[in-house]
Amino acid sequence: MIAAPLLHALFPNIDDWGELGQACIDTLLMLGGSLALTVLIGLPLGVLLYLTARGQLRAMPKLYALTALVVNVLRSIPFIILMIVLMPVTYFLVGTRLGIRGAIPPLVIGAAPFFARLVETSLREVQPGVIEAAQAMGASTWQIVRRVLLPEARAGIAAAITVTAIALVGFTAMGGAIGAGGLGDLAYRYGYLSYKSDYMVVTVVLLILLVQALQVIGDRIVSRLSRH
Amino acid sequence: MIRFLDVHKSYRVEGRDVPALAPFNLDIDDGEVFGIIGHSGAGKSTLLRMINLLERPSGGRVLIGDVDMTALEEAALRLQRQRIGMIFQHFNLLGSQTVADNVAFPLKLAGTRDAAAIRARVDELLARVGLTAHADKYPSQLSGGQKQRVGIARALANRPSILLCDEATSALDPQTTGDVLELLAEINRELKLTIVLITHEMDVVRRICDRVAVLDAGRMVELGAVADVFLHPQHPTTRRFVEEALPEETAAGEAPYARVQGRILRLSFRGETTWTPSLSRVMRETGVDFNLLAGRIDRIKQMPYGQLTLALEGINVDAALQALRAAGIEIEEMTR
Repeated sequence: MIAAPLLHALFPNIDDWGELGQACIDTLLMLGGSLALTVLIGLPLGVLLYLTARGQLRAMPKLYALTALVVNVLRSIPFIILMIVLMPVTYFLVGTRLGIRGAIPPLVIGAAPFFARLVETSLREVQPGVIEAAQAMGASTWQIVRRVLLPEARAGIAAAITVTAIALVGFTAMGGAIGAGGLGDLAYRYGYLSYKSDYMVVTVVLLILLVQALQVIGDRIVSRLSRH
Repeated sequence: MIRFLDVHKSYRVEGRDVPALAPFNLDIDDGEVFGIIGHSGAGKSTLLRMINLLERPSGGRVLIGDVDMTALEEAALRLQRQRIGMIFQHFNLLGSQTVADNVAFPLKLAGTRDAAAIRARVDELLARVGLTAHADKYPSQLSGGQKQRVGIARALANRPSILLCDEATSALDPQTTGDVLELLAEINRELKLTIVLITHEMDVVRRICDRVAVLDAGRMVELGAVADVFLHPQHPTTRRFVEEALPEETAAGEAPYARVQGRILRLSFRGETTWTPSLSRVMRETGVDFNLLAGRIDRIKQMPYGQLTLALEGINVDAALQALRAAGIEIEEMTR
């Protein structure tokens, strides 16, 4: 291979490219797993926030206040602290505090409240008149959620998933510092602790590419969903 | 029949009860087109929404046929609502769904699973409102009039017995308004559907309603057949609405007839009396001279009418008035 000497010249400290590849895969696995669970938990949570808010379909001010409080508390803790605080919970849930599996619970707990707020905001963008029309047709609250709110807000929700995915990339990189693995781990251990700045450059470039890719794909989906 | 019994409504604003509608009774007959006219804030939107309980009355009962809507549990109320269509000023279509899916929506809500049956019903409805060619378009690709037609098709999907129209033509231009009103009148005739509409335009009432209620600041100040209310408005608010529909009557400004000689009278011809030349016959026979000051000849729904403001001069004016009344013409003496 011609590329190998060139790579060695540019990045003299990186001798195991396979490790870098594995780190990429780990980051993608953490991202995919945590994003799926974040959406799974955050979407109903966002719907709950929307429905129970004052003046909404199922207004329950006390439940709303409680949910909003939990969401706000989780959102105000910096992720790196949240990860440490949650370690016993993580161990209880997945049996380890390390690796991809150990990273996913704090990632989800950190991102789901954030995503839920974004979902709540995009549901509020749905025209109240459309909801009133569905009520006039005899729709139940569940039918309104499934057949009116979610389809009408789908572009906004897709944008929320994009923003959340990008936030999760940042979280996974941070998680690397305390044993989660992935690109953040490499950047921290080799790039920061061992002064191998070429590791830092390569991981940062890879993270930038990942974020760019997510944004482009997300934007494309959003524009497809809002084209009608 | 839709029946309001001692219904009233007030809203709680900052701990105080603010009355929106004073207690009233009202019967709306099966198959009629009933108009509710009022300025914004008069309570007409609240009144309309109390029929399908989108607004719950603060007191009193709302009956549809022999069903007490105000006494229904949520599930039973939802079933009743499927039998009441509603269209809106801003159409309120699902932007994420095609025209066909919007029309199919109430069928799916009602639990129809059979895709072929849904398809057939949607095709039938789109043909009725003249939108067959637009079935696969999205609402944002349609004009206002077309959107309202989708709204009408959607409202009719579950074969309702009542259609509620919430300012259905207020966002449309005059030409489109005419088309939509014509479609509503056609639906009323062919499907024997009761239509209750709210509007702030007397012209809408004149064109399609049988009866009208006038709301002013939460009170029903006038109620009657459209021709009676339109030709002989009693309440000042009603007069203003009628004058808005007849701009030429008010164009002259203050004391318009100050310089006119003779007695000023307003003659209303309606229905049969418009077909005979009574005015010219009576004037010739009594030798009275008339000066035509203002007038309008038009239709109230299907019925032709004329309303002329005349100044009469001559010794036989009283005899002339008697003869005109005998010919079925309604006469009001006007003040200068």
